[in-house]
Amino acid sequence: MLHIVNKSPFEKNSLASCLRLSAEESTILLIEDAVYAALVNTSVSESVHRAMDEKRIVALEPDLAARGFDANHLINGVELVDYDGFVTLTVDNPKIQSWL
Amino acid sequence: MSKKRIVCLNRRAPHGTNYPQEGFEVALIGAAFDQDVAIAFVDDGVFQLKSEQNPRNLGLKNFTRSFGALADYEICEVYVEIESLTERGLVEDDLMTLIWEDEDDGDIEKPLLRFVGQDEMSQIISEADVVLNF
Repeated sequence: MLHIVNKSPFEKNSLASCLRLSAEESTILLIEDAVYAALVNTSVSESVHRAMDEKRIVALEPDLAARGFDANHLINGVELVDYDGFVTLTVDNPKIQSWL
Repeated sequence: MSKKRIVCLNRRAPHGTNYPQEGFEVALIGAAFDQDVAIAFVDDGVFQLKSEQNPRNLGLKNFTRSFGALADYEICEVYVEIESLTERGLVEDDLMTLIWEDEDDGDIEKPLLRFVGQDEMSQIISEADVVLNF
């Protein structure tokens, strides 16, 4: 199952709920302000890093670049996708949950 | 019109909503009306000051480059809360470099961003005549 989060983890609890309630083997795609959750050395880095033991975490590169960050700022193991990759994820996953 | 101390309190990340751009414009308008304007960045607002932002692929103009014009509008007090930076893994070097020329001090160039702890930020907010939230 694909989970999509679009809110900053410092402002809303969408990411925390997603990490808590998504099943193992899920893919979690971070877009818009949720890309901040993929950064190293933040107050949520540890929980995101821990989630990658059983889940795949992906961030949308154009949203990351818009905010002044690149692959060098990411938690080890977070994958980046472009818009084509975003489309592929939605095609590959019959079920999608958006944590609005 | 009496002069008021206006603090624009920015607490949101730059490109997810329109609030930050509105806050910036209101600060300029306040300065244009000769008010005593300060800008404060707290919580996700500190992300507005990240260097090298490029929202072109989102079809957005990078309004954060306009922060370079603040000093031209005589907005020379811009406060950044250190605790908010730390929670987000940011340090001063991650932010854009902004300067102003102090007319009262021989036009010396000084850093526009002033990094303050939460006690000082609390004081800045409480001493304002008006706090505008974005």
